[in-house]
Amino acid sequence: MGSNAARELASRHLPRAWRIEVFRRDGLDDPDGKRAHAAARELGLARLRSLRHGRGYLLSPELERAKVEEIARALLVDPVLETVRITAPATAPATSAGRARVLVARRPGVMDPVAQTIERAIERSKVAKLPDGSRVRVLTFSAWELEGELAQQDLVLVASKILANDVIDEVRIGDEAVHFVLPGSVSVRDAGAIPLCKASDAELERISKDGHLSLTLVEMRAIRDHYVTAGREPTVAELETLAQTWSEHCKHKTFAGIIDYDGERIDNLLKTTIKAATLELAKPWCVSVFHDNAGVIEFDEGWHVCFKVETHNHPSAIDPYGGSGTGVGGVIRDILGVGLGAKPIANTDAFFVGPLDLAEKDLPKGCMHPRRILRGVVAGVRDYGNRMGIPTVNGGVWVDPRYVGNPLVFCGTVGLMPANCAAKEVKPGDIIVVAGGRTGRDGIHGATFSSAELHEDSVVVSSSAVQIGNALTEKRVLAALLEARDRGLYRAVTDCGAGGLSSAVGEMGAECGASVELEKVPLKYPGLSPAEIWISEAQERMVFAVPPEKLAALLAVFEAEDCDATAIGTFTATGKLELAYAGQSIGSLDMHFLHEGTPKWLRKATRPVVRTDDPATPACADANAALLALLKSPNIASKEWIVRQYDHEVQAMGVTKPMCGERDDGPGDGAVLQPLPHSRKGIALGCGANPNYGLLDPWAMASAAIDEALRNAVAVGGDPDRTAILDNFSWGNCARPEQLGRLVEASRACYTTAKAFGTPFISGKDSLNNEFRVGDEVIAIPPTLFVSALALVPDVARAVTMDLKTAGNPVYFVGRTHAELGGSHYFAQRNVEGGRVPRPDLALAPRTLRALHQTIRSGCVRACHDLSEGGLAVAAAETAFAGERGLELDLAQVPAGTWAKHHDSDAVKLFSESCTRFLVEVDAAHAAEFERSFAGLDCARVGSVTAGKRLVIKSGAKTLVDQPLDALRAAHQGGFQG
Amino acid sequence: MTTQAIVLRTAGTNCEHETALALERAGAKAQLLHLHKLEAEPARLDSASILVLPGGFSYGDDIAAGRVLGHELRTFLGTQLSAFVERGGFVLGVCNGFQALVDTGLLEGPGKGGPARSIALSANESGHYECRWVTLRNEPSKCTWLEPGMLWPVPVAHGEGRLVFKDDATLARLKASGQVALRYVTADGGSASYPELPNGSTDAIARRLVEAAAR
Repeated sequence: MGSNAARELASRHLPRAWRIEVFRRDGLDDPDGKRAHAAARELGLARLRSLRHGRGYLLSPELERAKVEEIARALLVDPVLETVRITAPATAPATSAGRARVLVARRPGVMDPVAQTIERAIERSKVAKLPDGSRVRVLTFSAWELEGELAQQDLVLVASKILANDVIDEVRIGDEAVHFVLPGSVSVRDAGAIPLCKASDAELERISKDGHLSLTLVEMRAIRDHYVTAGREPTVAELETLAQTWSEHCKHKTFAGIIDYDGERIDNLLKTTIKAATLELAKPWCVSVFHDNAGVIEFDEGWHVCFKVETHNHPSAIDPYGGSGTGVGGVIRDILGVGLGAKPIANTDAFFVGPLDLAEKDLPKGCMHPRRILRGVVAGVRDYGNRMGIPTVNGGVWVDPRYVGNPLVFCGTVGLMPANCAAKEVKPGDIIVVAGGRTGRDGIHGATFSSAELHEDSVVVSSSAVQIGNALTEKRVLAALLEARDRGLYRAVTDCGAGGLSSAVGEMGAECGASVELEKVPLKYPGLSPAEIWISEAQERMVFAVPPEKLAALLAVFEAEDCDATAIGTFTATGKLELAYAGQSIGSLDMHFLHEGTPKWLRKATRPVVRTDDPATPACADANAALLALLKSPNIASKEWIVRQYDHEVQAMGVTKPMCGERDDGPGDGAVLQPLPHSRKGIALGCGANPNYGLLDPWAMASAAIDEALRNAVAVGGDPDRTAILDNFSWGNCARPEQLGRLVEASRACYTTAKAFGTPFISGKDSLNNEFRVGDEVIAIPPTLFVSALALVPDVARAVTMDLKTAGNPVYFVGRTHAELGGSHYFAQRNVEGGRVPRPDLALAPRTLRALHQTIRSGCVRACHDLSEGGLAVAAAETAFAGERGLELDLAQVPAGTWAKHHDSDAVKLFSESCTRFLVEVDAAHAAEFERSFAGLDCARVGSVTAGKRLVIKSGAKTLVDQPLDALRAAHQGGFQG
Repeated sequence: MTTQAIVLRTAGTNCEHETALALERAGAKAQLLHLHKLEAEPARLDSASILVLPGGFSYGDDIAAGRVLGHELRTFLGTQLSAFVERGGFVLGVCNGFQALVDTGLLEGPGKGGPARSIALSANESGHYECRWVTLRNEPSKCTWLEPGMLWPVPVAHGEGRLVFKDDATLARLKASGQVALRYVTADGGSASYPELPNGSTDAIARRLVEAAAR
């Protein structure tokens, strides 16, 4: 087809809608355009002279022009900053010559929160009458206008790499045919029987694969056998329900299954390691662990806190913005749905991404560039978390080439609840109410997708599993839920997460039974099949069990917050999950089979090869240069550009800030919050991970990650004896015996380490299929355990930060340095492979943390910084420039283990990453008391805070490091810019 | 008699609880009120002497920060708000609340809201949302809450905080009428540039202005 013909065809497809495009006035800067232009320059597109962004709106064609103009003036256009262009339905806009246009609209059915807000504003103010919701009324899009000598392929490049994400967006280049329609096709077939009873193994596998069910042959056989006994075939809705409920995402079949570990039989790895530690520690302050949506512990008189961290890896790989945003939204709902619901008071986040400077040519096919992924996930967390009014206070970013095809995104939320809200029960006769977002075709098969491996075509087949959230809807749910909770209007609640209503209702009714009338579920648009309604993972929905006599009051609470809430069925005593649509049964499942019928997985694991070689630690001829290079390296450099985009002040609970010191540029170890305004009790949050250690020694990696999370929490004032931890495993494909072997070792390290520290696990999550396939090559992520710690702080007035405070104060080194540079940043810098990975000394480490806590609690400590990536040299630099105070240290005083001669002692002391070590500034008047507290433990005075603005590190008479603070700060600030 | 304060909230308001707590600690009786309730019973304003629009992301800040809330206040409560200010009521808009207040026209006078306004809050010069501590100086102004000359630290957290005026006359008018209440300064009171001036506002005027038309 010639281009003229194409244009003609496109003009016939001009949207039958009023088109409003809003641009910044000439002479004013255009931040969106500027950002996109900078990104285009990164792609090497120097020909692009300018790029500007216009916000586009499409409105129902039935409106009169005068009404459209009024809506634009009153609502859509800023009279000072913007100009507007209004175009009548089915006509092309009067665009300027010389500017190429790229129009980006979300695909039909993808969430458009702004359009929802506009519809509501128009309806409420009665400025105009919109058609009813069965037709499309308002949609938004972006109009980008580009200047320069640009070829068609340049426009395609900018569109695909910067302006749009093909998974969720529809792009128009060179024509104006942006769509104005609702989504069409049905992706999951309507109700009907699936012939399973006589199916062969091959047919069973085909049914699972074609239906994106992600069920194994053994599971398909179990389902077939169940239906053979029942004497009938399963319906679509039944099979889908089984697939969702039995998914690895929901059931943790690897962890809960049987593992043959080189002949040793492990029945339920989770139960025998992580849960066993908690059970054996039997802390009386653990209120609710592992069985609800989050772990709950006692906090203060009458109050509990709860914590949950989720992984959202696969959706974030495909659509970073939507994936991380819905990750945040999902974990917040876990907190809303734990017990009778808690108020979210803090968010945490951690990202593991590929190198930001990866050359475009090295980017595997089907992958998004790590820079784009990181910017996207940061923006997603920012926009969702900030809008929810929840401060994002702690987290981290790790960079490694093995995350290029499969980035990791962890999102956590802490909640606060009255002590009497920790438990829930469902009674037969309770009404099932779904509240919050409406159900659409978005997010079908998310649970089964997350359990599968990514590959270069993931983008194509999985797009329905990806979605955009709407934080405003969740904010409404939050407000209504907390009011309804405080008024006692429901008996139980849970969130709609993976598997949607099928999982939520299935879980809540597991002990009794449930009957659902699917036609009652409020929909975003018409045309969904009953099965789609049932398994859709549309965001921002919660399910309640409501005593019939309280239903009216509950619905009224939601109505007052402008939030949908609808009765869709009843919990029963039948022991069955019964589904109907408009009076027709579409399925009836035995609850017992649904929840207990999953065949246990049997998997083989082999003991991983642990590196035992002990390569030399090379001497450091120029420690100044080595330190500056480390400060600039992506894993160590400042993440301030990310931290600043998150609101960490909302709710006014923050005691210490993520960035510390005179100029707010020091990376804080942990976050301290004061949740109750009337009490000085607080909580400290910390996290730990180290992907460099995982392959070398998974046991040490896990143990060190726990140590790091605890260090971060204790360094700011957390009590190690009142600390709970969370595990989040992200692993390569555990069908491979060596991967599973690493998981066994890491889990066992979790058991031993948690027991030694006395810190129970209270919640966790696993994502065990993080591999990316390009052709025949499989790139697995390094075994990654992300550990979060929540510690109580007895008195927030005693919380400390990491920046040095007062010249003249002594500085102490707590802990002991060993020649443990395996996986260290120094070895990476020197291209040394292998080596001993740090492990905490589990006999000494708990005592060291306890002693440190006592000194912080008694007010001896003025500053405290834990030693992690980059070792002592990096920690010393950070604490000095953050405090804008000089620091002089002598390595000769550093408590050290013994090591072979081929390890250069100065390099080990400067750069080893041994566990359980801190640099502590002590109030001079309390020095003796401080030293006494560490009697019998490793602690030595290594230097002083000085008035000069330099970091000086000596080894006896020899000066190794001598750097002005500004140079250290500049290196730290400049190394990692998004 | 205790001073009565209304903290107005709607979908997306975030800071209502800490705002109410601050008012209580300052001695007022603070009442959280949903916009829909106030629309239904505007007489509730009669018993209050302080109206606070707290921070957050009202209606998700969809379209622009505070735009839809401003539109709703103009549409449903325009006359009542004018009357409230007219009879000496105090109005405080913090962060998102101020973004909405600008749209109502209360700063510029009757009939100067929405499409007729000459003041706008644009996206920060940095191009993104930022959260950080800054220093503010109270300027000599009509605002009787703030003692002129005082410096105080305050956390800001916003993406659209750059005050932009349609023309120089608008700024001159605001200055002349004593409506510039706060200014971003360095920690020691000096002239601020980024990051002490987090958003690039014209003349470093803080958007956390106190509306004081009646005082």
